Amino acid sequence: MSFVEYSDCIQEGDIAIIYQSHDSMMPVKVQQGTQTQTRYGVIRHSSDLIGQRYGSKITCSKGGWVHVLHPTPELWTVTLPHRTQILYTTDIATITMMLELKPGSIVCESGTGSGSLSHAILRTVAPTGHLHTVEFHQQRAEKVAEEFKEHRVDHLVTVRNQDVCKDGFGVTGVADAVFLDIPSPWEAVKHAKAAMKRHGGRVCSFSPCIEQVQRTCEALVDQGFEEISTLEVLLRVHDVRTVSLPLPDFGPDPSAPTQLDGTEKTTPNQTTISLKTTVPPREIPGHTGYLTFATKPRT
Amino acid sequence: MEDSGDDDSAYRIKQGDYVVLKRGDIFKAVQIQPKKKVIFEKQWFFLDNAVGNLYSATFEIVSGVLKLQKPKDPASSTDAKEVGTDNRNIKDDGKSQKLTRDDIEALKEKGLKGQEIIQQLIDNSSTFRDKTEYAQDKYIKKKKKKYENTVTILKPSCRILAMMYHGREPGKICHLRYDTLAQMLTLANIHANSKVLVFETCAGLVLGAVMERMGGYGSVIQMYPGGEPLRAGVESFGFPTHFHDMLHDFPICRVNALLAGTLATTVKDPSCADPKQPNLAAEETKNQPQGEQQGNPEEQSMETNSAAAAAAAAAAVDDKEKDEQEKRREAKAQERKVKLEEKRKKLLSVAALLEGRNADGLVIASRFHPCAVLMGLLKFLSPSRPFVVYSQYKEPLIECYTKLKEQGGAINISLRDTWLRHYQVLPNRTHPVLLMSGGGGYVLSGTTAAMDRAKPASSQQAEEPAHKRPKLTDTE
Repeated sequence: MSFVEYSDCIQEGDIAIIYQSHDSMMPVKVQQGTQTQTRYGVIRHSSDLIGQRYGSKITCSKGGWVHVLHPTPELWTVTLPHRTQILYTTDIATITMMLELKPGSIVCESGTGSGSLSHAILRTVAPTGHLHTVEFHQQRAEKVAEEFKEHRVDHLVTVRNQDVCKDGFGVTGVADAVFLDIPSPWEAVKHAKAAMKRHGGRVCSFSPCIEQVQRTCEALVDQGFEEISTLEVLLRVHDVRTVSLPLPDFGPDPSAPTQLDGTEKTTPNQTTISLKTTVPPREIPGHTGYLTFATKPRT
Repeated sequence: MEDSGDDDSAYRIKQGDYVVLKRGDIFKAVQIQPKKKVIFEKQWFFLDNAVGNLYSATFEIVSGVLKLQKPKDPASSTDAKEVGTDNRNIKDDGKSQKLTRDDIEALKEKGLKGQEIIQQLIDNSSTFRDKTEYAQDKYIKKKKKKYENTVTILKPSCRILAMMYHGREPGKICHLRYDTLAQMLTLANIHANSKVLVFETCAGLVLGAVMERMGGYGSVIQMYPGGEPLRAGVESFGFPTHFHDMLHDFPICRVNALLAGTLATTVKDPSCADPKQPNLAAEETKNQPQGEQQGNPEEQSMETNSAAAAAAAAAAVDDKEKDEQEKRREAKAQERKVKLEEKRKKLLSVAALLEGRNADGLVIASRFHPCAVLMGLLKFLSPSRPFVVYSQYKEPLIECYTKLKEQGGAINISLRDTWLRHYQVLPNRTHPVLLMSGGGGYVLSGTTAAMDRAKPASSQQAEEPAHKRPKLTDTE
């Protein structure tokens, strides 16, 4: 198992995702002799997990069952322990495409935070690319570095505990893409430019507040970036439901055809119409942040 | 790995390169070919002069050829501009511009550059100096868009091509908006060193996007309907040649045979143009370039027709010619036989990739009803692997969802679409852009899992939580 390559069977040391339902998933570190509690009972790693195929059904001690899935950055995003607010798949997907990330890309990122986007980047740039990620909070930097190691992706990433606005990314002239998710991105724009390849590259800044976006765009213009574009993307989920709508009773219909024997024709008693449709959730995330993209021209 | 100053070659435009022309938000994919005229935004020109220049360079179109544009001067507004405060006294009577359309044409013919024409328009506008600074900016931007004759040459990428297709020919890609494509690539966990199945009728855009995200590592199998795989869009990506080694294709009309294990024995002619499926073949041949149309029906009827042709020809000519004709016919028949055998071998080799039913991902984006496609192709995936299905419409995906729930074998199923909005960010003029995309299609995603036949004892219908019945009627 690794977050950048599939494998078929669960092994000791793997991170596996226990899937109970769409809203109930959790990551577990597979270890001999360990047990994991679920609402359907206990899962014994040695007998229930190790050696099983990813995707299998696992019966828990109380008789109920769950599924065990191979980890992916998307599953990690919805199960990882939050140390900061994270980016979700919708924004991550947009960022990945708009920054033109692909195998071999060299990417600089700050702040690392809880590593949600980082894992997605690593998956995309593997096996030949690299991620230079900067986090100014020491414990967070250490925690995420630990996770990269556990997830077997540490060879693709370098974590630096420093302030990107003061000290930059720690590398210059190497990046194809730079991503900023920090409180004052306009202060890091010049460092982003320095980190990027001379030939050019793409930059993205994620900010919840429009004032931050305005200041960042100004800084991008000042530093000579082109094709500056700000957008936001929101996820809309459609929950499939079968709904029954009752039919109204307007009373017996006088114009209905009567039968030969004079009695009224009894129509089949239809009280409801059933249909399959989708409904939106009651509340949805209405805003995550504005994404500002730009291209660094050749310098 | 810092880049050395002289390793420019990867960034220079070469003959034969596939590039994308850009002006503002308009894109067009073309190939650089010697002395080939291209049309872009109502202008004809040759691309020859682009060769040797760096990508992302901007050129001016002057008399049908490209001239490298000098670096832009910063907005030369050193003199205090005359500016108004608001539009209360500006009459919109259409008479503010003194230059007529003919005057402007004359200027264009005189060879004035875009920037100069715009200056002329400003000078001849009676209301320009009454406009506010912002209105002046807006006016200039608008004129630039109209009179500019520059074009930028870009290296193709998924982002650029997806935006191009969506803006130019959305019908060709089932109205797949670029951010929806982005969602699909991520949800399907497309990455290097995996084996991905793709079924698309988006001119090859989706296929190319998948290939770009795999970087030439692993394999992509294009499952295609009809006689031939259609993927003209893949060329536009300008992939290095070795990328094509990872791309395979397999006709879906052979899927059932493959699943039943009878593929090797039943297939003589690998193409799907057999009489049992006349509609599919006819539809696909309609869309193919002329040359390909001849191929399949010919091969198929070769045995029946060549015998009749031989008899007719023999009667009409003398022996010597008859001999030579025989030889040529035999040679052609032999050629066809060899080609057919090659095709058959290729088919069986791709079948070997599929037989293991261990693919890592499935991406569907087509005009076909997705349900049948999904159910047919899911079988080829390992458990615990993602699949995504795109549809322009929601209802077919509702059907897919229902079928998947009935059949089992898939979890974490989600039906979604994305809402995309662009912003104009300017000092004191920041707001969302006026027009936004009405829709970009829908995506159904899920993960394969071990099939579970038996219903669990406890209430584990966790996907659809029990919802309150409407309290209107208490008859139930």
